[in-house]
Order: sequence, then C-alpha cells, then structure tokens
Amino acid sequence: MNAASIVPVASAIFLAPLLLGIVNRTKALFAGRRGQPLLQGYHDLGKLLRKGAVYSGTTTWVFRAGPIIGLAAVSVSLLLVPFAGVRALAAFPGDLVLFAYLLALVRFFAVLAALDTGSSFEGMGASREVTYSALAEPALLLGLATLARRGGGLCLSDGYASVRLFDFGPSGGLPLLLIGAAFFVVYLAENARIPFDDPNTHLELTMIHEVMVLDHGGPDLAFVQYAGALKLWVLGALVTGILLPIRTGHVALDLAVGLIGMVVLAIGTGCVESGMARQRLNRVPQLLVAATVLSGLALMLVLR
Amino acid sequence: MTLLLASLCIILAGGVLAALTHRNERLSTGMALTGLLAGSTLGLLTAIGVLARGEDLALRIPWSMPMGSFSIGVDPISAFFVLPVLALSSLAGVYGASYLKAWSGKKNLGACWFFFNVLVASMVLVFVARNGVLFLIAWEVMALASYFLVVFEDEKEEVRQAGRTYLVATHLGTAGLLILFLMLGQSSGSLDFDAMRLAPGSRGAASVAFLLAVIGFGTKAGFMPFHVWLPEAHPASPSHVSAVMSGVMIKTGIYGLVRTMTFLGSPPPWWGWTILAIGVSSGVLGVVFALAQHDLKRLLAYHSVENIGIIALGLGVGLLGKSYGLPAMTYLGFAGAMLHVVNHAIFKGLLFLGAGAIGHAAHSLEIDRMGGLLKRMPWTGGLFLVGSIAICGLPPLNGFVSELLIYLGALKGIVSLGAAGTAACAIVIAALALIGGLAAACFTKAFGVLFLGEPRSKQSASAIEAAWAMRIPMIVLAAGCAGIGLLGPILIGGLRGVVAAAADLPPADVAVPAIATDSMRWIVLGAAALLACVGALVFLRWRLLVGRSVTTATTWDCGYAAPNTRMQYTASGFAQPLTGLFHFVLRTRRRYAPPGGLFPEASSLATHTADPMYKSVYEPLFAGWGRVLAKQRWLQSGQMQLYVLYIALTLLLLLVWKLA
Amino acid sequence: MTDWIDAAIALVVLSNLRLLGTSRLAACIRIVAVQGIILGLLPILFHAGNLTLRVALQATASMITKGVVFPWLLTRAMRGADTRREIDPIVGYTPSLLVGGALLGVALWLGWRLPLPVPAGSQFMIAVSLFTIMVGLFMIVARRMAITQVLGYLAMENGIYTFGLAFAEKEPLLVEMGILLDVFVAVFVMGIMIYHINREFDHIDTDRMSELRG
Repeated sequence: MNAASIVPVASAIFLAPLLLGIVNRTKALFAGRRGQPLLQGYHDLGKLLRKGAVYSGTTTWVFRAGPIIGLAAVSVSLLLVPFAGVRALAAFPGDLVLFAYLLALVRFFAVLAALDTGSSFEGMGASREVTYSALAEPALLLGLATLARRGGGLCLSDGYASVRLFDFGPSGGLPLLLIGAAFFVVYLAENARIPFDDPNTHLELTMIHEVMVLDHGGPDLAFVQYAGALKLWVLGALVTGILLPIRTGHVALDLAVGLIGMVVLAIGTGCVESGMARQRLNRVPQLLVAATVLSGLALMLVLR
Repeated sequence: MTLLLASLCIILAGGVLAALTHRNERLSTGMALTGLLAGSTLGLLTAIGVLARGEDLALRIPWSMPMGSFSIGVDPISAFFVLPVLALSSLAGVYGASYLKAWSGKKNLGACWFFFNVLVASMVLVFVARNGVLFLIAWEVMALASYFLVVFEDEKEEVRQAGRTYLVATHLGTAGLLILFLMLGQSSGSLDFDAMRLAPGSRGAASVAFLLAVIGFGTKAGFMPFHVWLPEAHPASPSHVSAVMSGVMIKTGIYGLVRTMTFLGSPPPWWGWTILAIGVSSGVLGVVFALAQHDLKRLLAYHSVENIGIIALGLGVGLLGKSYGLPAMTYLGFAGAMLHVVNHAIFKGLLFLGAGAIGHAAHSLEIDRMGGLLKRMPWTGGLFLVGSIAICGLPPLNGFVSELLIYLGALKGIVSLGAAGTAACAIVIAALALIGGLAAACFTKAFGVLFLGEPRSKQSASAIEAAWAMRIPMIVLAAGCAGIGLLGPILIGGLRGVVAAAADLPPADVAVPAIATDSMRWIVLGAAALLACVGALVFLRWRLLVGRSVTTATTWDCGYAAPNTRMQYTASGFAQPLTGLFHFVLRTRRRYAPPGGLFPEASSLATHTADPMYKSVYEPLFAGWGRVLAKQRWLQSGQMQLYVLYIALTLLLLLVWKLA
Repeated sequence: MTDWIDAAIALVVLSNLRLLGTSRLAACIRIVAVQGIILGLLPILFHAGNLTLRVALQATASMITKGVVFPWLLTRAMRGADTRREIDPIVGYTPSLLVGGALLGVALWLGWRLPLPVPAGSQFMIAVSLFTIMVGLFMIVARRMAITQVLGYLAMENGIYTFGLAFAEKEPLLVEMGILLDVFVAVFVMGIMIYHINREFDHIDTDRMSELRG
C-alpha cells in the first residue's frame, strides 16, 4: 500500500459520473446530435440529492436498504481494484473473490429492492438481472484466475502488475486478448449496456436494469445512479488494465495514462452502443457462455 | 470422556422419560428438552475441550459382540462434527417445543420427542464410535429414529411415500457400508478404527473401498446421483427435524467419508477428481433443481444437495493438494470443507426453522401463494434474510468465509500446479462461481416472493409472527452466521488440528498457510469497511431527508391506476429464464390451458419438475426388481409350519456348507 | 514464426466455437471459409524462411478451393434452397457452445496424452486438429440441415488437414489434395442434391428423409 494507491480511488470517486457523460456524448455524436453536457451526471446527482422521497406503500425496509448496501458494497470493491499498474489499497490473497462477491451483494439487494415494490415490471427486470449475472460470474472469476496464473500471485494487483504492453506479441498476447474480450463482455453485461440492455429505452418491458429502479427517487435514486457509475468505473478498470497496459515506470505518468485509458474505454463503449443493436433476450446467455469459454481458452493457453 | 458418556445417557434418558409420560404433553416435552439441553451442554463442553487442548480422548469397554467392542473416542474431527450436532439440535429442540404445540392432542408428542432425542444421541455416537460394529449400530439407529420422525404426519400418503423412499435409500447406503467395513476388517484383522489400516501396497483394494465409501456415505450425504431421498424426506418431516436432518444428519456422510479415507493411505489423484466431479454435479444440479421448485422446503432440500456439493469441492481440492504434494492447497481445501460443514448447519438450520415459522403462520409452504410476509412477520423475515445472504456465500457472513477458503485452495492450485491440476482447480472455480450466481437467483426468488411485495393469498395476508420460543433459536443461529463471518482470522488457526486429522497428516507437519491468515484478516477489514459505509450512508440519507417531504404512494405501474396483487411476478416466472436455460436437465413438464375465445375465462398454467434420477433411474429399477421378486411370491404361503421349515433348512444348509 | 502459428491456431479454435454458436447459414459458410484460408496459410508460415514454389502453389490452391470455391457453391445451394438459418437444431446453440468448451478440454487432454512425436510448428497442433475434427462430427450429429452437415464435413476435413500438417510438412499436401478432391466432389454433389431435394420436397431437413424408407 502506498500513497499512489489513493489517487485511483479518489479519481474514481470524483470522475466516475463523467464516464457516463463521455459515453452519452459519443453516442450523440454518432447520432448527429450535440448531446447532453459532459457533466450531466453530476447535475443529475445534485438534483436528486436535493429532493425529498416518495416510497410505495407496499415496500419495507428492504427497499430502503437496497441503494445503501449497493453503494456501500461498490465503494468497498473500489478499494480492491488495481488501476494502471498501481497496486490497490487493499491487495491480499483472494481479493478477486471478495471483489466478485461484493458485486454479487450489490445485485442481491438491488433485486430484492425491485421485488419489494410488488410491481410486475420490476419483477421482470429482476428476473433477467439474476439470470445474466449468474452466467457472467464464471467468466469473470475464470478470467481473474487466469491472470493470477500468469502473474503467479493470488491477488488482483499481482495479476495486473504482470500485464505488460510488450507481452502483446501474437502468442503471449493472445490469452490477454481473450481475457480482455471476456471482461469487456462482462463489463457490458454487468453495467447494463447494449447489446445486453439499452439504458435509453423507454419501454419498461424491454428494460433490465432501468426497470428495477423505477420506484426509487430522491437521494435513493442518487445512490443507485452513483453506485452504477462506480461499478462502470471498477469493471472498466479491469478491462483497461488488460487491454491498455502501458507502464512507463513513472507512477504519475502511469496514472495519467490509466485515466486516458478510461476515457478511451468510455468512447469505445459509446461506439459499441452506436454500432450495435440490442441482442434478443434469448441470445444473451449465449454471449455470456461464450465469454466463459473465452476465459477458459485463455487459461488453457496460459497453461503450457 | 465420562462427561460425554454422561451426556449421551442424559439425552437418552430424557427421551425415554418423554415417551413414558406421553399422556401429559407439557411434562413429556419438559423432560425431553431438559435432557437434551443438559446433555448437550455436557457434550459441548467435552468437544470444546478436545478442540482447545488438542488431545484425543478414548474409552474402551469390553463387549460381548463378535468383532465388536464398545470403543469410543473423541479426536478433533469427532469433536468438530459433534459441535454443530449438539448446538443445532438443542436449538431445534427449543424451537420444536413451541412448534409441536400445533399437534397437541392429535399426535403422540412423547414418541416424537423420544425419537428426536434418540436421533441426537445416535448422531453423536456415530461421530465418536471407534469400532466398525458400534459405528454401524449407531448408524442404523440414527436411520430408524429419523425415519420415524419423517413419518410424523403419517396420515398423509405423500409423507408415507417419502418415508419409504428414505428407508430404502438409507439401507442401500448401509449395505455399501457393510461391505466396506467387512472388507477393511478382513484386511486388517480387526474392526477397531485404530487398527483399521489398509496395507500400503493394496492399491486396488483401497480404490474399491474408496468407491464403496463414496456410494455408502454419499447416499446419506446426498451426493448427486444418490440424493433422491433428500427432496422427499426433508419436506415431509416437521421443520425442526428437517433442520437437524439437513443441517447435521447428512453430514454424518461427510464424516464417514473423511474418516474412511484416513484408513486408506495416501490418495491417488483420481480420488480427488472423483470427489470433484461429484461436487460439481451435486453443486450445480442441486441449485438448478432448487430453482425449479415451488415448495419452500423442497427448495431448501435441494440446496442441501448443493451445499454438500460445495463441501465435496473443498474435499476434492484438499485431496488433490495432498496427491500433488501442495500443503497450502491441502489445508485450504480441507479447512474450507470442514468450515462449510458447520456453516451449512447454521444457515440451513436457520432457514428450515424459518420455513417452519412460515408454514405455521400461513398454513402452506407453496412459495407462489405467499408474499408480503415481511410486514406481518418482521423477525422471521429479517432472520430468513440473514440465512439467505449466508447461504449465497455473500460477504460479510459465514458462507463467504468457507467458500473463500475453497476458492483460495483452488487458486493456489492454479498458480502452482501442472496442467491437469490446474484444469481441476479451474473447474472448481468456474463451478463455485456458477453455483454462487444461481444460488443468489434462487434465494432472491425465495425471499423476494415469500416476504416482499403484497400477499398473494388470504393465508399469507393473515399470517402472524412466530412465538418467541421459535424466534430465539433463529436469532442465535443468525448471530452464528454473523459471528463466523467476522471471526475468520481466529477460526483459520483453530482449524489446524481438525484439518490435520481430516487430511490424515501428523499435526506437527500441518501449518496454517500465510495466505489464509492474511486473507482472513483482510476480509474482516473489508466487512468492517462495508458496515462503516452502510452506517455512513444511512446517516447521510437521514440527514438529507430531515425537513423534506417523505411521502407514501402506490407502486408505479406505468400509470395503471389499480395494481392488484395478482399482477406481481411469481416465483415460477422469476426463475423461468434460468430454468428454461437448463431445461435439458430439468425436463420440467407444463400443463397449459391458454385463454381462448372472445371472452376468455379460466386459463391455467402448471409446471412440475420431477427428479430425473428418481423418475428415470430408480423407479424403473425398483419396478423391474419388484417384478422379479413378485415371481418368488409362491414362497410366501402364510403358513407358520412352512416358515419354520425354511429356517430349519437354511440352518442345515449352512452347517453342511461350513463343515463340507 | 511460432508466435504467428500459435495465433493462427487460436483463430481456428475461435472459429470453431463461433461455428457452434451461430444459426445463420451464411455466417457458418463464411466461418468455414475463413478457417480454410487460415489453414492454407499455415504451410506458408512453416516455410517462411525457405518458401518453395511448390508449397506456395499447393497452399494457394487449397486456400482458393476452401476459401472461395466451396463457399460459393454452398452459398448457391443455400440460395437455391431458399433457407437462411437453421431453425430447430437437435442440440441448441448455448448447449452447443458448452459442448464445444468440453470438447476443447478433451482435445487438449488427448493432445497431451497421445504418444506422438512433438509436432512441427506448435505444440497445440494435435489438440486443435482433434478439436476441429470433433467439432465437425458434432455439427453433423447435432444439426438437421444438409448444408450445416456439409459444413461439419468441411470442418472435419480441416481438422484432418491440420493433423497431417503437424507431422510431415510436405507429404500431407499430397494426401490433402486427395482428400480435397473427395470433398470437392462431395460438396458438388451435395449442392446439386440439396437443390433437387428442395425442389422435390420443399425443405432440406435430413431428419425427414427417413420418411422415404420403403
């Protein structure tokens, strides 16, 4: 642990909502619109935090606990993720398991909060969410285990520290490319992006994540949205850590490169969302199984 | 040691007195409970003493039984298994005293208590028996006592059916064990466990013994192809009995397997692979079948299969670590498996007790008829939620700790082993991840549909909270979930003796791997950080909302003005995407009467997921066997004289055979 | 060069998985074509230092047949039969992918275990060739359409080619030419057959052919 480890956490806390702004701006550019301001996310959060709250009479304390436990768990997971080659604040053997399970905890409570409203739409979203995440989990953990095998250590930071740009020869880079692809799929699925879910859709029947938070409002919705932004950041950090592993040996420079990498990833996400249609719901499991197979293939290649 | 014997006697005495005084139900319950609690306290003290001091206790009384001796002993493994048995049984007993009141005057509660206490005592005896004959006797008593508890509501046909299934399954398992012990006894010349060692050279015999143990003990534990009795017997029995059976009785199978392996010498890798394969099939298929269930207790029963799978995965990791000579992996695998034995006892006990409270309050266990129970049963609901989080292995509760240990063992293997070992560990990791994801889906379904939303039926709308006597055991168990979740760093060191005994290694050679202690310490910090964040956010929201309008409205349903309770998502609908995905194993049958005509009236959809092993393997097998035996029916004349003739002829033939 | 060979081999694996996971016939045909081209490149990669005209010509011929001629024939047959996708396969696409993952594991294990000399080029050659053969066989078993079955046949041929390539670098091209000729005739006949079956029965579902039994 060192002072540099605090910088990624701080930048995530302050810059995470910006990522969504960049994604949306990219999509707007593709669509020929000017798009919302880059800082729209912050405006939204500020507006929501200034509001009161409305709760459905059906709901219980579980509904109110959902956003809080979700944000708390994502915040803790932030401490576990290495960023741009800098070790995470908390790097210990098996932290990758804690990381994956914290994200599962977020989901668990988001789903319960959705079911607490008794709304059929939110139940439907919840049902889809658990289905896809159950299939995404093996892809993520197998990929992280493969990184551990490459790096020879049992923690995320070791695995990521071993990724270097000059590994990307055609053979050494192949497993990395495969893991990167698998993680990118997980990143899109977990953050409810196209082709898994359309964050901009206006029809409740077709939503997954958005429909689950229909009944949240005021500070609760602010927590949910901020937690979503942080989740985009942490999973994004996992992807850029593999696909853009530029290490100069100079910490400040590395961090700057890492931040640029996040911006590139956000732009890439915007491009994917503009260039792709949403998958049919029954095709989504196939994509996630394919991601798992990619992770497994990467492990086999690393094995020799 | 005398303390333990005394404990057994007190528990049994309580049971006998309860049976004798069955006319006075209060007295009978009091007798049984006093015996149970007093005996358990003594037994717990012995077990804790053994674990703390790390020395084994032994007692041997001559016994006029061929090959048998009344030889009992408590070593760390025994003590470790006795601990959850006595703790959970006493809590379940306290709960049962209140739970059984519903049958007051209708059933012979004294008999029920008698069998309950006999079950507890026989389970303890199974764990401490040090002789094959004694072990088998205790095993058989345990099976019979639990059978009588399963058929408590014997006026129902499905309960009798479940009892029969259980009785047949358990005896098939026992048959395997009989052969196993005869084999071991023959090769070592004694049925005492101390002397029971296979000669180091006999690989073939060891492998046969290993397979027999997997089948015999696996039937009791509920390994996937032999699990058919679990989803039948657990829902049929009273809830406190289900808690004991599912929480601790099936662990006698795990204990037996672990104990037998200590007789068989160093394991070749394929044993580890076999246990692993069983772990994957039980774990994944268990949770998949749980997803498709409509009855809460059946769902929980399939989750027992899943958790036994997780324990088997841990054992498999440990065995592979031993075969490949990787001490850290051995330690982590066995420690994870052992800790999961206790953890599963705690959270599954809690969940079954919660299910009993729901059954009492709503007179049904059908998930799709429930809803909104959290408002009516706030305690049970909150405690059930704790159990659900724990069983899904989510931090910061106990399920996470044991699963993390197994993950760590597999990761250690991935980092250090060659190709084959790494592949095994990768399978473990992928399977655990999938199990975790599916379990979360299953328990969000169960908790969400049972406790959240609006009531789906009159019964669930008029449910009332359980009595304090039923709530307190659940509170204790929930505290156990949280406690073990936060005590990881202490427990991992404390497990050293148990791991050494289970892995059959000299205690001096077993060291707690640094990665384990390190990891445990960090996850406690993580849990603390999580709780601190939650506290801070609760405060923040409260602060923000002070003085602002906080109002109540109806749930948003796209502007639809009169949402009714039947519009909620059902449990079956919630699980459908996943059950549809796994249709190729589930083979769910649907009966669908679609709405028709211009003014559609009644329409219905019913789905039923039968156990494929039961339907397509065991049922045809037994039907065929039944047809074969039906042809021998001419032997049964019903005439006394003929039967005496049979006996005499058999004796004569035996004599001739022996003397010839 | 081993790096490039490894990369090519991995691409073959990925193309196999993609083949298992897609229902669109046009995409399947493209995948098999790409596979053929990659495999055609392999001998050139093997002989990168001392490329002879013979090797180059044979590789080019193989690439043209598998990458251009077969796809063209199959696409024509597909158009003729007026089918775009496999609607109701015997084994669904997600389970197919899982089977593919399992087959890959089995193939790798066999590749380690088979008592064969260390192959030329890459140590994964044998495993990947076995995997490709298995995927081809699986396609033939698990799909109903005649076209997908032909594609499975082609994938299998690709696997056999890889297997031969792993051991002797010059001779297999001769063997390969023989097999290629067989396959060429097979594809050609299949193309005509599919066209005529379709005209006769309005479908190319091979399952229903059994109705023709006397």
